[in-house]
Amino acid sequence: MNGDTLDNPGFRLSAIHHHVDREDEVRFGFWVFLMSDAIIFGLIFATYATMIGATAGGPGPKKLFDIGSVAIETGALLLSSFTFGMASLALLYRSGRGVVIAWLVVTLLLGLVFLGFEVHDFLTMFALGGSPDRSGFTSAFFALVPLHGLHVTTGCIWMVVLIGQMLRYGTDEDVRLGVQRLALFWHFLDIVWIAIFSLVYLGGLA
Amino acid sequence: MSLTHVIFGRLALHSLPFWSALQHPTLANIVNDTIASGAAGLVVVGAAVTVGLITYFGKWRYLWTEWLTSVDHKRIGIMYIVLAFVMLARALIEAVLMRTQQAFGLGGGFLSPEHFGELFSTHGTIMIFFMAMPFLIGLINVVMPLQIGTRDVSFPVMNSVSLGLTAAGATLVMISLVVGKFSTGGWSGYPPYTEITFSPGVGPDYWIWAVSLSGIGTMMTGINFAVTIYKRRAPGMTLMRMPLFTWTALCTSVLMIFAMPPLTVATVLLALDRYLGFHFFTNALGGNMMNYANLFWLFGHPEVYILILPAFGVYSEVIPAFSGKVLYGYTSLVLATMAIALLSFAVWLHHFFTMGQTAGVNATFGIATMLIGIPTGVKIYDWMMTMFRGRIRFTVPMVYSLGFMMLFVVGGLSGIILANPSIDYQVHNTLFLVAHFHNMLIPGLLFGMLAGYHYWFPKAFGFRLNERWGLASALCWIFGFMFAFFPLYALGLLGFPRRTVAFYNPIYVPYLAVAEFGALIILAALGCLVVQLVVSVRQREQNRVPGGDPWNASALEWSIAAPPPDYNFAVLPEVTARDAFMVAKEHGTAYLPPERFTDIELPRNSPLGMILCVTAAFATFGLVWHIWWMVGLAMLATIAAVIWHGFVRDYERVIPADKVRADHLRWLQTVGAIHPISRGEELAQENAGLADLHETAEAAE
Repeated sequence: MNGDTLDNPGFRLSAIHHHVDREDEVRFGFWVFLMSDAIIFGLIFATYATMIGATAGGPGPKKLFDIGSVAIETGALLLSSFTFGMASLALLYRSGRGVVIAWLVVTLLLGLVFLGFEVHDFLTMFALGGSPDRSGFTSAFFALVPLHGLHVTTGCIWMVVLIGQMLRYGTDEDVRLGVQRLALFWHFLDIVWIAIFSLVYLGGLA
Repeated sequence: MSLTHVIFGRLALHSLPFWSALQHPTLANIVNDTIASGAAGLVVVGAAVTVGLITYFGKWRYLWTEWLTSVDHKRIGIMYIVLAFVMLARALIEAVLMRTQQAFGLGGGFLSPEHFGELFSTHGTIMIFFMAMPFLIGLINVVMPLQIGTRDVSFPVMNSVSLGLTAAGATLVMISLVVGKFSTGGWSGYPPYTEITFSPGVGPDYWIWAVSLSGIGTMMTGINFAVTIYKRRAPGMTLMRMPLFTWTALCTSVLMIFAMPPLTVATVLLALDRYLGFHFFTNALGGNMMNYANLFWLFGHPEVYILILPAFGVYSEVIPAFSGKVLYGYTSLVLATMAIALLSFAVWLHHFFTMGQTAGVNATFGIATMLIGIPTGVKIYDWMMTMFRGRIRFTVPMVYSLGFMMLFVVGGLSGIILANPSIDYQVHNTLFLVAHFHNMLIPGLLFGMLAGYHYWFPKAFGFRLNERWGLASALCWIFGFMFAFFPLYALGLLGFPRRTVAFYNPIYVPYLAVAEFGALIILAALGCLVVQLVVSVRQREQNRVPGGDPWNASALEWSIAAPPPDYNFAVLPEVTARDAFMVAKEHGTAYLPPERFTDIELPRNSPLGMILCVTAAFATFGLVWHIWWMVGLAMLATIAAVIWHGFVRDYERVIPADKVRADHLRWLQTVGAIHPISRGEELAQENAGLADLHETAEAAE
């Protein structure tokens, strides 16, 4: 964001440096948090992988998953990453608070569409006898996929809060930093979803 | 569901520790309940007395504004260490109780197996999560920002939140003494034993939530420290100019970032099993407890190095300071630290060699485990070479360091023995293992923390600790440790299983008697520490070190006043070499008045940490006892507090340059009036924190 090329966005390895760049520090801190969060997802993915076969005579992926619904969720989430990108660009080029908020509201709606379809999926699975207490497999599924959903829910609440802050303070430094961090979070969740879509859904139905 | 159940959940009269003795007054029930009620009474009375004293002296406002809501890294660090000492006292008394039970355990003893199970579970859980972790996090908090020349950590409010969550976890463990029973599943909480089928009570729930809170708080601490070290170093402080303690703080932080998530995953999945009937680690319906073993030790082994690396850092500061020499082999120590941090992720399986892997897998992890001995050995040699032909003074931190070096090598040797899977098959789950890890953690971690406590106490509080009581305590720790744990090696080889409440073979008795004797000496060591603190506070006026450099040391934290001002450095230092302050002293550039002062921005106090501490404590207490309305309200309050914090804008205060100038010049004036002392005189009362620069220059030549 600034012209000081000695301050790279990651580790500060250079010796010549006379001030702490607040924005840079906060962004880097959030990257580090995402690394930690990625470990959590990675471990639950690994747990899921070891439990795919542990259906204990209960329903498996082929019976429980509805690829049509999942396709809609995927589309909504990928599109929401694009619309969030538009919000970030609006913020970067200072297109005005209204434009940023508008794109964020679109993103939020897409996030809610995703969550709505996901809850619908879960209820369908419950009805088909695939509740988490059925088997090791359903347990692992309901730890992994809803964890992602919980992250999306957190992101949605965060988005509402940021919109509130924007209405109150305009696009001050804290709001800009908030949007940048939420953007990282949102795109990160997109990547996790791609892994879930490929591994859990496509892998399970293959 | 009855109304009482909605309001109180599982909480009822039988949750009180003396209930079974009242209902069934057998001798065993009376003995066990008296001990439990005594402990509960101590907690309640201790809390009441603390609250009463604070009220009596009218210190609530002071406590709130100066400490609890403070986001100053030094104060947060001190609060962490206070927490560590309180928890140390409890867990140490539990250890003595267990040693006493085993010393009289031939044919039964006086404790019930359940009571003994609770004791070893709380002892381990507290010592790791609520003694060792707060102690090292506190020490890093106080020292690291001073060593890298900054005014605070990167995320001061998050620092306070980390403390709040850790304190909430510790509170939960303390509450478990008063209502309900703690887990009997050990500090590692292995399912399926800790599943609802075998442990339907509240015990494992207390363990799960206390540990989860600590784990989340520690992960945030790791992020905070790592970002601080990467982003906030003073101008000119390249990575290879950082003091060794900061290096170990960095490696420990990186380990926290990557090793805490597995713990959170393990405990949360276990909670899903217990609360919502999932089947991750159950015996039936596709559960697999090996997933837990892997997840837990993916955290558990790096955790060992999270604990030990900061202690290595302390030794790397203490030994050069009290040898009057530059640290030998700086680069090799840095590389060894990083090698240990990396290898720590490649050895977790050695915690369960006997759980059914192939010989090839076991051999791989056995070799990886032995490899860790190499960088650790490098460190020991570096410290020895640092001492070689130095001007060594046997101060308290140095005595701890020497005790550490000798005893740690013994523990390391037993570790190499255990790393061999075929030997591990013979001694696993015996007291040999217990002897080994206490041999690593007491001389390794605890001696390091206590050495650091003595070494940096004058920096944090402005006066030195009493040397004589400190020495008594150090010697009690060292010899008490040897008496308490060396017999355990023999007992392990004789086949005494760990976590055993009673035994029927008299051959074990003499060894256990010696161990009991050692435990009592360690208890005396704790007593000496308490007396030392009281004596030191009383004699503080004679032992003040306003100059700030009582040990003629070399890192930047010694270049400022003791205690340091809120803003640490009046002007941020420019670093041109390793051992920056020593270089400045040698070149006569220390204590020079800066040319220009500027306004300093510091973070304002924030109540967020304490709010989240309270809401987290209520939420987890509600979860333990199934009081769902409490969980709901506390969660809502947590979310509301975080959202409110997002709307806060006025979070910085400015200290005007004029005030900084006035303070700093006054301090320089004080320094000018201090009589400099040589290394030989540093334990005398005359030591007011200014080193004899003449001697320093001589040493440099």
